[in-house]
Amino acid sequence: MSLPNPFRATGRGVLALMRSAGAITLFAAAAVFAMVRPPYFLGQLLSQIWRIGFLSLPVVGLTAIFTGGALALNIYTGGSRFNAESFVPNIVALGIVRELGPVIAALMLAGRVSAGIAAEIGAMRATEQIDALHTLSTDPMRYLIAPRVLAGVLVLPILVAIANVIGVLGGFAVSTTSLGFDGAIYVQNTVDILTRWDVVSGLIKATVFGFLLTVMGCYHGYNAAGGAQGVGRATTNAVVGAAVLIFAANFLLTSWFV
Amino acid sequence: MRDETIKIAWKSVTKSFGRKTVLEGLDLVAYEGRSLVIIGGSGTGKSVTIKLALGLLRPDSGSVEIDGEAVEYGRENDPGVQQIGMLFQSGALFDSLSVWENVSFRLLHAEHVKKGEAKERAIAALDQVDLEADIADRRPAELSGGMQRRVALARAVVGKPNILFFDEPTTGLDPVTADLINQLIVRQVKTLGATAVTITHDMASMRAIADEVAMIRDGNILWHGDLEGVDSCENPTVCDFVAGRYSPEG
Ligand SMILES: Nc1ncnc2c1ncn2[C@@H]1O[C@H](COP(=O)(O)OP(=O)(O)O)[C@@H](O)[C@H]1O
Ligand SMILES: [Mg+2]
Repeated sequence: MSLPNPFRATGRGVLALMRSAGAITLFAAAAVFAMVRPPYFLGQLLSQIWRIGFLSLPVVGLTAIFTGGALALNIYTGGSRFNAESFVPNIVALGIVRELGPVIAALMLAGRVSAGIAAEIGAMRATEQIDALHTLSTDPMRYLIAPRVLAGVLVLPILVAIANVIGVLGGFAVSTTSLGFDGAIYVQNTVDILTRWDVVSGLIKATVFGFLLTVMGCYHGYNAAGGAQGVGRATTNAVVGAAVLIFAANFLLTSWFV
Repeated sequence: MRDETIKIAWKSVTKSFGRKTVLEGLDLVAYEGRSLVIIGGSGTGKSVTIKLALGLLRPDSGSVEIDGEAVEYGRENDPGVQQIGMLFQSGALFDSLSVWENVSFRLLHAEHVKKGEAKERAIAALDQVDLEADIADRRPAELSGGMQRRVALARAVVGKPNILFFDEPTTGLDPVTADLINQLIVRQVKTLGATAVTITHDMASMRAIADEVAMIRDGNILWHGDLEGVDSCENPTVCDFVAGRYSPEG
């Protein structure tokens, strides 16, 4: 007797999920291995730092400033219900630095960077450029993958640090212009509440997210199959996979850090 | 078959993708310094045969040997051991790099030749495929299909390889450009004295390039012999294929 269909479908889904989790883990390990063993492609690394880091500044900055502003408004209205409006600067600072700065920046980069990497490497796979690298005596893991992952790991903490400052400024701007806060006191409260660990733990998250989102882009692009449609699928899977992993890792790291 | 040195040997190679078996115990040899042309219908596994020899695919069973050494899957070509040049069916030029960076890619990244010298050598290689130096700084996407194919050819031959693979070098080109490519291939193979393996559907191209011809069918080599053997119709199926005659069981 065969199993009823829903069970079989679920079982198959779970197996497929575990298979790809295993494959992604192996791929990530190979990427790390390629990063630490020569030859290194410094030019590739620098251009990826430029593309992943510098060119992401506008989108990260914009999302941070709006998030900071909205956070200040929400905390103000929520806090006023039990006379806690004065906590706006503290909660904005904590919320941005520990949680929203890293998560929102990483999610924006999942859209921008994971997708871009998956599409680019997927197209290279589809047009045999990755095979061509092999025949030209160059290891694609070292030439293509390692520089992207390393750039993600190096650049994310810097982007998030910038997002933190801009996010807090967004909260500051809203609070001082429309919520009646005194600028000097706001800054003082922000500086007083934040511990070094608040900042560092957020930046550790950022580093992990940088690894995850570049690995997801690279993995799905590298394994793209089936022409243009396959590249499209790879891009979607990279973004969705990166976003899910970012949320999951955020939860795990947060429960570890508190 | 003859007392020449065997350069590349496919030994009982089997390769499937999912349920689809492409090669079923394929045996084939390419002799040193000779030009072998592989013919056969679309999807019969010609490209797969070459990719197995390049270590781009892993055989399910059997092996490919170059100079008696088994090709290792996933290992990039080591120019210190063997200089191999490959012209891909699609060209496979790096679209993010300029023409000269494409041509001298291996010189720059694997052999650490200085930029200036690499560019000079790239321009010399472009000249050998009748391309002007002024395209060196352009991107592949800005070139016509025929020019892209020639750039890819220049990239394949720049390191003076002793083994050359060409996958459908003239497919999709007009007859004149195709003839130019054929002549360039013959010239490169002659001047380098390389062992060449070419896949083609283009019978004019086959006649121009081949010392020997092998035909793949049903996952194996149906016939392998000298070019003259094709014309004297040693094997009727090969004969039909070359003449472009449809035969029901073929
Ligand atoms: N990487 C791959 N994954 C799945 N199937 C493949 C792959 N490469 C080739 N095939 C299949 O193997 C068969 C032979 O392909 P190929 O060697 O490219 O044919 P051709 O003789 O036209 O060059 C085709 O049916 C193709 O679909
Ligand atoms: Mg083919």
